Amino acid sequence: MATSSAVAVSRPGAVLGRAGGGLARGIAVGYLSLIVLVPLAALVWSSRAHGPGTFWDEVAKPEAASALKLTLAVALVVAAFNSVTGTAIAWVLVRDSFPGKGIVNAVIDLPFALPTIVASLVLLELYGPSSPFGVDLAFQRAGIVLALLFVTLPFVVRAVQPVLLELDREMEEAAESLGAGRLAIFRRIVFPNLLPAILSGVALAFARAVGEFGSVVLISGNRAFHTEVASVYIFGQIESDNPTGAAAVSVVLLLISLAVLLAIGAFRHWRTRHDR
Amino acid sequence: MTARYALRFGALGYLTMLLLVPVGLVFYRTFQHGLHPAWAAVTNPQALHALWLTLIIAAIAVPLNTAFGVVLGIALVRHRFPGRGLLNAIVDLPLALSPVVVGLALYLLYGTGGWLAGLSEHGIKILFSLPGMTLATIFVSLPFVVREVVPVLREIGTDQEQAAETLGAAPFTTFRRITLPAIRWAVSYGVVLTTARAIGEFGAVSIVSGRIEGKTETLPLYVQSQFDSSLGINPTGAFAASVVLALIALMTVLAMRLFRPNAASLAMPLKGRGGFAGTAVSTRLAGRMGSESEVNDSKEGL
Repeated sequence: MATSSAVAVSRPGAVLGRAGGGLARGIAVGYLSLIVLVPLAALVWSSRAHGPGTFWDEVAKPEAASALKLTLAVALVVAAFNSVTGTAIAWVLVRDSFPGKGIVNAVIDLPFALPTIVASLVLLELYGPSSPFGVDLAFQRAGIVLALLFVTLPFVVRAVQPVLLELDREMEEAAESLGAGRLAIFRRIVFPNLLPAILSGVALAFARAVGEFGSVVLISGNRAFHTEVASVYIFGQIESDNPTGAAAVSVVLLLISLAVLLAIGAFRHWRTRHDR
Repeated sequence: MTARYALRFGALGYLTMLLLVPVGLVFYRTFQHGLHPAWAAVTNPQALHALWLTLIIAAIAVPLNTAFGVVLGIALVRHRFPGRGLLNAIVDLPLALSPVVVGLALYLLYGTGGWLAGLSEHGIKILFSLPGMTLATIFVSLPFVVREVVPVLREIGTDQEQAAETLGAAPFTTFRRITLPAIRWAVSYGVVLTTARAIGEFGAVSIVSGRIEGKTETLPLYVQSQFDSSLGINPTGAFAASVVLALIALMTVLAMRLFRPNAASLAMPLKGRGGFAGTAVSTRLAGRMGSESEVNDSKEGL
């Protein structure tokens, strides 16, 4: 193993030949630039088109600032809630056994596969004015949280599940034989092993919640200063022909996304350090 | 024992209320007045055009992202070059970025006063037409094939590829006969994820399409316009279109079960992968992000 990886490192580009390596790299960089980088550069450029002063003016506008604050607050609530429910669901799927577990496991991916606008429609129908349970969360902040909980469900579950599956049970058995209670075992053995995975999942759920648009747009009612999240605010600014304002708030969201990706990289590094 | 049951029923109850009841309700609401109104709602010209447009966009975006996804994966795993870490981060960005931001970025690039606004003066219409909507869809569904292929390429290593090279195989032959068979299940799984995302995309497409009814309206946009025009009262059209999308989603979930990489097959990547069993190990949505450092670290450990 050590030799083969040493060979691979000493001969970079050997696989496709030197020319092939350059070609793959060139295609990769070109495609990413065309699709991702140039549009985002145009976005950042537009947010500063009328000077850096206008960027801050746009972000500090009461409606924009209120939308950003609300977005961060609901995303934090959703991320925190997911850290508990996601870990619990992953636990049930790995350590428990009951008939129909395979179906439940498959259903976890449904929020990923279901278009967000469909999610918005059904949640409004179920927890809106005509709710069969009499629970009306439409046009309220609780409704936004509900929609975000729906779309972010898979992230923590799918981050924790594989780690829990691979976790060696010998440690837990040793702790049990030494007289540790179930809670102590979870708190001192299982939880520390799961923590980096939980944090990665939570970070992804947070990023998704910050940027979410489709599932929120129907149920939130988009009332300024009350239920208007950042993505909906951006959309409204485009409609009312203020692209600079839309670009400024978008740049803030872009920075949050980059920060989350950096954090996930750090959690990953932390986990591998624990493995060794 | 009681704690175990409490946890089980708590988790199942939460999933039921959050997932199953809502999705079941779409089907109920669509068919509560019988099959006929629902059928009429999805077979009118506007709905059919929306479905057609959705499928065309997916048919362009998915193959492009698949082909470039494999090339990107190879570039990220098999080559060392300055800026590779940055490239890796950019690939992940669409997963963490708001679709509205994506739509706006394209809107500003190709719209009036944008850097590439000149294209429309030369008769190449990007915004409010198919190319813009396709570009937005490609952007948001870009990471999936790459992120499935990367861990498998790492796992299989370069031994067989080097053997093939030693025996005189041309680079493309090595790719076609050694690399591609090894990553085909990962590619399939990535294609399923890409397709799901491409068909369901709403925010980014909504901005660049201009939502012209019967022209630039995809099926998710049709759901919203039907809901808006019904003022939220018994929107049969919106529900019927949602059922079509929900059925596609259910098929996606089934396909995901079929193609999902599992622990045993990751260890034997060349002996056929897939099947119904198993849970993913390293290639899940979250599990794969930043796995870069993981491999580098374990190499240092060796």
